[in-house]
Amino acid sequence: MALVEIKNLKKYFYGPKGAVHAVDDVTMSINAGETMGVVGESGCGKSTLGRTVIHLQESTGGNVFFDGRDITHPSREEIRRLRSDMQIIFQDPYSSLNPRMTVEETIREPIMLMGKCSGQEIDKEVQRLMDMVGIARRIRLCYPHELDGGRRQRVGIARALALNPRFIVCDEPVSALDVSIQAQVLNLLMDLQEEHNLAYMFITHNMAVGRPLSPEILVLYLGQLVETSPTRELFDQPLHPYTKALLSAIPTTDILHPRERIVLKGEITSPIDPEPGCRFADRCIHAAEACRRPQQLEEVLPNHFVSCCRVRELNQM
Amino acid sequence: MSKTEKNYVEKKENRFLIIMKRLSRNPNAMFGMILLAVLVAGVILVPAISPYEYSKMDVRAINQGPSAAHWFGTDDMGRDLLTRIFYGGRYSLSISIIAVLFSTTIGMIIGAAAGYFGGISDTIIMRCLDVIQAIPSTLLTIIISAALGVGLDKTVIAISVGSIPGTVRLLRGTVMRTREEQYLEAAEAIGCSTFRKIVKYVIPNSWSPLIVSSTMGVARTILELAALSYIGLGVQPPTPEWGAMLSAARGYLRDYPHLLIFPGIFIAISVLCLNMFGDGLRDALDPKLKD
Amino acid sequence: MNKSDSAFLKVEDLVVEYKTGGRIVHAVNGVSFALERGETLGLVGETGAGKTTIAKAILRVLPDAQARVGRGRIVLEGTDLLKLGEPAMRKVRGGKVTMVFQDPMTALNPIMKVGEQISEVVRKHQTLKDRTSREIAGDMLEMVGIPRARYNEYPHQFSGGMKQRVVIAMALACNPQLLLADEPTTALDVTIQAQVLDMIDDLKKRHNTSMILITHDLGVVARMCEQVAVVYAGEIVECGSREEVFLHPSHPYTIGLFGAIPDLSVDTSRLANIEGLPPDPTDLPGGCCFHPRCPHATDRCRKEKPAFAEVRPGHFCSCCYVAADQKEV
Repeated sequence: MALVEIKNLKKYFYGPKGAVHAVDDVTMSINAGETMGVVGESGCGKSTLGRTVIHLQESTGGNVFFDGRDITHPSREEIRRLRSDMQIIFQDPYSSLNPRMTVEETIREPIMLMGKCSGQEIDKEVQRLMDMVGIARRIRLCYPHELDGGRRQRVGIARALALNPRFIVCDEPVSALDVSIQAQVLNLLMDLQEEHNLAYMFITHNMAVGRPLSPEILVLYLGQLVETSPTRELFDQPLHPYTKALLSAIPTTDILHPRERIVLKGEITSPIDPEPGCRFADRCIHAAEACRRPQQLEEVLPNHFVSCCRVRELNQM
Repeated sequence: MSKTEKNYVEKKENRFLIIMKRLSRNPNAMFGMILLAVLVAGVILVPAISPYEYSKMDVRAINQGPSAAHWFGTDDMGRDLLTRIFYGGRYSLSISIIAVLFSTTIGMIIGAAAGYFGGISDTIIMRCLDVIQAIPSTLLTIIISAALGVGLDKTVIAISVGSIPGTVRLLRGTVMRTREEQYLEAAEAIGCSTFRKIVKYVIPNSWSPLIVSSTMGVARTILELAALSYIGLGVQPPTPEWGAMLSAARGYLRDYPHLLIFPGIFIAISVLCLNMFGDGLRDALDPKLKD
Repeated sequence: MNKSDSAFLKVEDLVVEYKTGGRIVHAVNGVSFALERGETLGLVGETGAGKTTIAKAILRVLPDAQARVGRGRIVLEGTDLLKLGEPAMRKVRGGKVTMVFQDPMTALNPIMKVGEQISEVVRKHQTLKDRTSREIAGDMLEMVGIPRARYNEYPHQFSGGMKQRVVIAMALACNPQLLLADEPTTALDVTIQAQVLDMIDDLKKRHNTSMILITHDLGVVARMCEQVAVVYAGEIVECGSREEVFLHPSHPYTIGLFGAIPDLSVDTSRLANIEGLPPDPTDLPGGCCFHPRCPHATDRCRKEKPAFAEVRPGHFCSCCYVAADQKEV
């Protein structure tokens, strides 16, 4: 049974100009100890999805299940309990840490708020967490601005782990870091997952970064789920036109095998009060009349779902 | 160990010492602080220093200029000016500081609430402030003082009400910016209550403009107090108070300028020291500035 | 790089220091390279390596108060830019040499119309004969894929990708001979990045513009650059043609960088690490600048500064062991 199940989740933001359909009808499930990669560009709703699942924002429709329980509209008390099961690691390691709190205070905060440990125990816990993520004891009294991005992100990870969660939303955890530090932090996340059987929702705009961690990937475009499949298959055989374009746009270092670039026309359309149907249609070179009608998520290959009415004909299936 | 790692040394010093150390490196702040300390010391110790009493009149020594017997001279009732100035400092400084502390605290609470919660409560608070600010502050102070009557505590209230709107607006602005920061979202994710979020996360990151504005506020308040005393509200004679002394000296400007100069110098010095110190304090409290 | 003395741009032994808070930051420590007309050089490295400082030194927009060019020459078509007076340099800046900065959100003046910003550049650097600056600015907008009718709009009305295109239009408005692009697409989405890179490439080819592309993304370098120089701690540790550096990376840092990147074509379950942190530019290690993090470091590396030697034809590297063995990696 899946640890986290999301069914037809919707999150709309209502503003003076209309409703922004940030997340529209997304379905997925994540098993304990596994990772689901969520990939898309800015405005696709991946961050909103992550935040809605762990109740940093209230959903507008659909259901979220955790460990079999329906947690779509939890009570105050339930939210409190959920916080120790579901946590989040943020993208920007600087702005996600209180500039006026030291490393020690930041990590100690969630433990104190849960109120389960006493003074001495808390110190030991903080120490244990710092060792777990590889932060030297020496820096526990430092402020965030005195640390480099990699260390700051480790502090964020330690804070997320403080409550022994079972599920962590990793919202672009390495995008703001240098390449060599990215590798260190990604390896750390993988190690932690193994040691503590953590489930991750790994959100990123860079598919290549999501690859080492995620056995399965979900692609979002403007709030809609366009494709989801096991990772290997997604890279070898992308079926949705957007996925293909996205993959072709990522610059590769393999200069001996340059990829064919699929050029997308135009700009990203507005997510405010969108028309029904596929939101990618405006930029898709294969767009047809049928694309303006609401699309169905179909299992085209085993465990490989695509939301495109022309998927079979475009891929000669 | 490379230098990068050397920097991460066990910091055993507590925050207060770190702040004092930073202040000590700022020559302006130190100058202001020391001079202010000297002034405060003088104001407290004046009974021990001066042989005169502030209200003792000596009709044989009216309006005398500075001399060996009276270092600052005497006023129109033969009272020693130096003694009066230092006693006056007690009132001027303490009333101003207390009034500013009072208005800052209240302003901070209201401003944080308005900025953090927004919506209807923010609108109500802002409109109330608009009403208060529509009345010229000196006039407002006078009205309240007249309504409450004379007396030190009532004067403090009268003076502080006028500065509350400014403080509220200042803090509201910084709070509105701070509440969008991601570390507040992070606090929510770890189960922080709203109260703790405001007190531990929002306010410490928003109050730095307040520090400078408060120290400048003390300076401004000294002058407002003077205005009150002049028209007979606020501090009553024979209690010395710098502003009152300044006002009383207006008629003697040409003949006995010392009556104006000395209180004026002390007001100026206090204002200068407070401003320099406030600037330095703001810098010292900011963890982001390099040590 | 052994290029003829007639190279379009030659940077020789450039040293730049900053003074902050009583300490000296050794931002650039003896950098030399050459560039031909129409060529693109990729300066690759991580944050703090000194790449942006090199570009700013060429354009002479380093902050006067803190920055100091210790030594070196920057020769553009025979003229040493470092020796030019400010009025002469102002003619070069924006006209002959232009720069595109990383963050399009802050590079544009928010209270000035977009078209105006382009025509301002044109008016400054070109004598207008039969066409107005407004017409030329309109042409530039069209060239970067923005309808001419949007001349009168303000930056906030554009998306990130379009703003960056406006910035590029400004940089190319006067047909510069050298374009310095500092992470021009880092802040953009992948699909928009591809569009913008295509556009830069196209414009470059049309006007035979030389370009120095600064980036930390090796994929972008592979796409755009004929020559590559890897920068670490203010030095160039490896340089050569793209084929040379990508197919035969020699310096341990370069090899580490390639290993640390998750690549689409390789199915890795674990990423190779480069241990440690980038060095503190106020306290650089003695000997080889990379030795604290190098898995192959020996005593010799700690004491001796390796020479910048040719390891393969046209391919240079500053590592004593690579040069000695002429290793093929």
